[in-house]
Amino acid sequence: MKKHLNTLFVTTQGAYLAKEGETVAVKVGGKVRLQLPIHTLDGIVCFGQVSCSPFLMGFCAERDVCISFLTENGRFLARVQGPVSGNVLLRREQYRWADDPERSAAIARAVIIGKIVNSRKVLHRVVRDHPDKVDTVVVEQAMDRLKSILMHVRVGTSLDRLRGYEGEGAMVYFRVFDHLILSRKKEFFFEERSRRPPLDRVNCLLSFLYTLLMHDVRSALECTGLDTAVGFLHRDRPGRPGLALDLMEEFRPYLADRLALSLINLGQVKSKGFRQTETGAVLMDDDTRKTVLVAYQKRKQDVVTHPFLQEKMPIGLLFHTQALLLARHVRGDLDGYPVFCWQ
Amino acid sequence: MFAEDDLLPLSALQHLLFCERQCALIHVEQLWVENLFTAQGRLMHERVDGGGHESRGDVRTVYAMPLRSLRLGLVGKADVVEFHRQESGEWLPFPVEHKRGRPKKENWDRVQLCAQAICLEEALGVKVPEGALFYGRNRRRQPVVFDSSLRAETEETAARLHELIALGRTPPPSYDKKCDSCSLKEFCLPKTLEKPYRVERYLKRMMAD
Repeated sequence: MKKHLNTLFVTTQGAYLAKEGETVAVKVGGKVRLQLPIHTLDGIVCFGQVSCSPFLMGFCAERDVCISFLTENGRFLARVQGPVSGNVLLRREQYRWADDPERSAAIARAVIIGKIVNSRKVLHRVVRDHPDKVDTVVVEQAMDRLKSILMHVRVGTSLDRLRGYEGEGAMVYFRVFDHLILSRKKEFFFEERSRRPPLDRVNCLLSFLYTLLMHDVRSALECTGLDTAVGFLHRDRPGRPGLALDLMEEFRPYLADRLALSLINLGQVKSKGFRQTETGAVLMDDDTRKTVLVAYQKRKQDVVTHPFLQEKMPIGLLFHTQALLLARHVRGDLDGYPVFCWQ
Repeated sequence: MFAEDDLLPLSALQHLLFCERQCALIHVEQLWVENLFTAQGRLMHERVDGGGHESRGDVRTVYAMPLRSLRLGLVGKADVVEFHRQESGEWLPFPVEHKRGRPKKENWDRVQLCAQAICLEEALGVKVPEGALFYGRNRRRQPVVFDSSLRAETEETAARLHELIALGRTPPPSYDKKCDSCSLKEFCLPKTLEKPYRVERYLKRMMAD
């Protein structure tokens, strides 16, 4: 399995990345600011005006290190990827499964179970840890509602129905999400999910974290040789990474939402670290972005016990583990997809 | 006889003899993970992989010699092939394979070397009676005689390899002590996947919490 290694995030505008021997050199104004051995990295993410030498790109492709280019605000632009890894037989099987409504529904069902179980757990933790600060009645009602949706999902029905339950679950969860924000509620509030563009600070944080998550999930899937474009829960649409979106579901509440909440509740992000454009879109400044990146990287180092494998591993490795378990299921080694559930 | 398109890597013989599942993971699923052992092996081979040749009296040495056998359906490279001058004036090929680690009691390395010898015989139209394995751990050469039983085992292994790859399916794992030294252990998950796991039961448990 791919080792859990670090992702190098480059946010300094005008930085230039070059290959120097077996290392990646980050240069600013012609001076080397940072130099890292390639074998300690599993990805490089460049924000905004950051460029890379073609030799570094080739070197990274050869060593299975993915380079992504995002705008300063974290919108995905492009990525550099070496030859497709894995094997054509696995991808063919994936396509056959994706064309088979029953098999697709079975995987979609597992994915939704993971998403709802983890969303429910996020609510549960806040109620348990802060009964005095949160409207427990409202949040517990949402938890009950999620539980009953889970019962419907459990008996496993058609893909369309499952997609309906997924949407309903997300609605129930996000409707009480504002209750999980425990401090500075005038500055950090949540009404509904807005993405294009995010219209408040909380949505801005969530969108940015989902982008980071997407980078990681996608890389992990690519390592196993699965086709990130062909999903089971998410229908094919040109340009949409359907399978990456499928695999992201279980991690959204567990990793991204929880991290957004703790950044707000612990006062690690400040309201003045965000600004609103004329169109209403909310953007974060460089310092805030750095804070989020550092917190995300740090969270990925935390060690958890995998509920299915019963093995300890850093959270950052979970993406690879889940991608691997999904590939093993598609190859016929496992009788289902053991989605990651937070325990 | 195999067509050029159907040739498989010589090195796969070793993988097959070590573990059928490992062989399928590498050559069907195209997984490769570098660990300490494979890195050491790679570095060791980079040294001999430079190619070229040299002559010293009655021995001519060729490095990284491309080899293939259409009969066995294999293609690859020999680390080192020495050509020994015979009294008759002919040059007799003598393959030498470099291995990390120490001599093994199994025939894995000998089979791979024997396959190289068969490739040399096919290409040069001569009989190759002997070769040697060079082990990095003790820096010793171990002579290998290509007798009929080793040849038979090599042919049988090559045939089995072609069957496995043609099937395109990965055999299920069975955990063994040797798994602990395998670079693909974490991909293979021998302990988890050995017993057919009930994912459905797991999902139920997760929902019940």
